[in-house]
Amino acid sequence: MTDDEKTFLDEIAAVPGGERLKTCIQCGTCGGSCPSGPDMDYTPREIFAMAMAGLRDEVLKANTFWFCVSCYYCTVRCPQNIPITDIMYRLKRMAIQAGYFEASITDFSETFVGQVETYGRSFELGLATGHYLRHHPIRSVRMSPLMLGMISRGRMAFTPQRIRGVRQLRAILRRAKELGGAW
Amino acid sequence: MRYAYFPGCSLERNAAAYDVSFRMVAKALDMELVELDDWNCCGATEYFSLDLLPAYALVARNLALVDPALDQVIAPCSACYYNMLKTDKNMAAYPELAAAINEALAAGKMHYEPGRVHSRHALDVIVEDFSLEQIAAHVRKPLRGLRLAPYYGCVTVRPAGHDDPEYPQRMDRLLETLGAEVVDYPVKADCCGGHMTQLSADTAYEMIRYLLHNAARAGADALVTACPMCQLNLDAYQGQVNAHFGTDYHIPVLYFTQMMGLAFGMDAQELGLGQEIVSAAPVLEKLRRPPPEEEPPAAKPRRDRQALPMPELLAR
Repeated sequence: MTDDEKTFLDEIAAVPGGERLKTCIQCGTCGGSCPSGPDMDYTPREIFAMAMAGLRDEVLKANTFWFCVSCYYCTVRCPQNIPITDIMYRLKRMAIQAGYFEASITDFSETFVGQVETYGRSFELGLATGHYLRHHPIRSVRMSPLMLGMISRGRMAFTPQRIRGVRQLRAILRRAKELGGAW
Repeated sequence: MRYAYFPGCSLERNAAAYDVSFRMVAKALDMELVELDDWNCCGATEYFSLDLLPAYALVARNLALVDPALDQVIAPCSACYYNMLKTDKNMAAYPELAAAINEALAAGKMHYEPGRVHSRHALDVIVEDFSLEQIAAHVRKPLRGLRLAPYYGCVTVRPAGHDDPEYPQRMDRLLETLGAEVVDYPVKADCCGGHMTQLSADTAYEMIRYLLHNAARAGADALVTACPMCQLNLDAYQGQVNAHFGTDYHIPVLYFTQMMGLAFGMDAQELGLGQEIVSAAPVLEKLRRPPPEEEPPAAKPRRDRQALPMPELLAR
């Protein structure tokens, strides 16, 4: 194995407990347990085999981690105790850094995070309508009964909640981003 | 008993029924909830997908807000609960991470000492800190005749679960204590699809269909959940799923705290019933008219003594 390949695997494994990734025995319990596995290009097991082979681009271009629903079945079932779900989050962050991602997917997370940074809390109505109108305009028509149902039952706010300490929160997040490099 | 309380963004609006019913039940059980002052969003599953350190710092700000006199924080939302638990645990296990998070917090004149606050899910607190006998003592109107499917979802029990990660039992025991009939629901800890309703609806709809199908097959009157995301996906998207698959499910999805409140004799409307998209009116109707008490099955009659004799066993 060359240094470059080692670095890629180490990079993926840089999450708490991630060092155990090297002990993967390719049993396939992760993929077999995954509720969204059928929609993935490669199951987590295949992704790990590819990562071990140093196939950096192929791994980071896969849709696998974007389909992870964060249910932790793989994590609790892995016989080697590999924190697979946390590694999926790690792969998302690496794919974004490398510039390999579908905007319609990261947009949702980014809109969400943008609201949190602006108001301190999430704002569901703005999030749902904004995301649907931008990326699924046709589907958003079909979604309107759902939206109306939520609104008529008082389950959607029209204005976001803003916390008092929003400037303090922004200062914390700004500092965290500056420090973020190593993480 | 005093606890710090972190309601989370969902409970402010979309899951207000969960918030109000949890507060009512907590009061009945003499729990004192001290809401964190000026708490922020926990980042759900989104922040950890984008940027790790700000994601942790966001959660750590909430942990730092916990009253120094308290060492436990309750979150009714599974995502909030697990994010706080994970942040505290990883800060304790990785001092360099804790140092970086605290350096970020310092920009807001805050500090969090790892291990100070234990994050707990509302379901865990109710079932663990109160015995089933204590809960039974509050039951005024048993949920007799109701067939309920207990639905735990993922992060409520995994990976840091206070219950079995594959086949949890605590909500089952709780609902039985309330007088309900708990149906066998083997998919009780499967995923509701989370944010996939927004990103890849077909993926999420299949997961939701599977959960509804199993509840319908078990003859459940309602699904009972302990997470606002699960409730939203199963309830609000039930119509979309029906349209997508040509099915016709009408299964109300309620919070376990609402079921407790009903059994404690509290007012349905005050407990937030009526805010669900798939109406729970049939559930309330069934509660108003419980089925007649079933006669215990008569003991199996012994053989009629006048009947023809059975062949005698050969003498030994």
